[in-house]
Amino acid sequence: VLEPETLVIGATYDVEVVSNLTRTQLVQYAGASGDYNPIHTDEIYATEVAHYPSVFAHGMLTMGMTGRMLTDYVGDDRLLEYGGRFVSQVWPGDSLNACATVVAVITEASSPRVKLSVVTTNQNAEVVFEGYALARVDRL
Amino acid sequence: MLFARAIGDPNPIYYDPGYAEQTQIGGIIAPPTFVQVQAHYDPEHRMRPRPGVPWVGSGRESSGVLGSTTPRSGGTGLHAEQHFRYHQALRPGDILHSQRSEGKTWTKTGRRGGKLLFADEVVSYTNQRSELVVAVRSVRVRTERPVSA
Repeated sequence: VLEPETLVIGATYDVEVVSNLTRTQLVQYAGASGDYNPIHTDEIYATEVAHYPSVFAHGMLTMGMTGRMLTDYVGDDRLLEYGGRFVSQVWPGDSLNACATVVAVITEASSPRVKLSVVTTNQNAEVVFEGYALARVDRL
Repeated sequence: MLFARAIGDPNPIYYDPGYAEQTQIGGIIAPPTFVQVQAHYDPEHRMRPRPGVPWVGSGRESSGVLGSTTPRSGGTGLHAEQHFRYHQALRPGDILHSQRSEGKTWTKTGRRGGKLLFADEVVSYTNQRSELVVAVRSVRVRTERPVSA
């Protein structure tokens, strides 16, 4: 859980949320989420019909894995907002690092909050997801 | 727990009642992006194979719907943005109702000159006490050609 004294603008927290993403994990996420779009799990369809180099991850898997970094950082049931943009696709074999940076600390006594920017990058330092989060923190 | 496993999150707050009871939260909760599972509860979700309905993915052929519709030129729908606003934790036993509203649509020219068609929608989830749990805005984009690696 977030220590209020570490809430300095520019402070960062990062987690490797997946290493060598497997096609099996894409199948696992398809089953858990109910999104069976074959573009994510069916190599034959993805390459021969949709003309992609391979299957690729659901955007929401990347966002879900990135959310794990956020809840590890700010604690459970602390998020007020979490959003972002899917910038590049995530492919089997990718390793992702999710990083949060403190951009603002709202010290309002009744509801202290922290505003974070969120960036998830792959092993080539390409941004795959870019967003923000707002979280409740304990009294400063 | 299935969902938490799929996103690779080992946090016991999502599956261990003994652990969860000892926390400030007092019980198991769902991960922040969990409401994506609404696809399971949509009787007509397009991206789930159904008995007797031709499926877009491969079987004997590389796609079960080739020939019955215009072959796809590679243009496809992609998820562009997702925004969650949380109002309270989602807990086991909660019953959610969703209310969907279509938002704006707009077009842009992509990096490689193809036309991109954007559309957004907001889905609000309320629980069995008619309290707002989470509101989700998503933006989808349709491209004219596949996105290159």
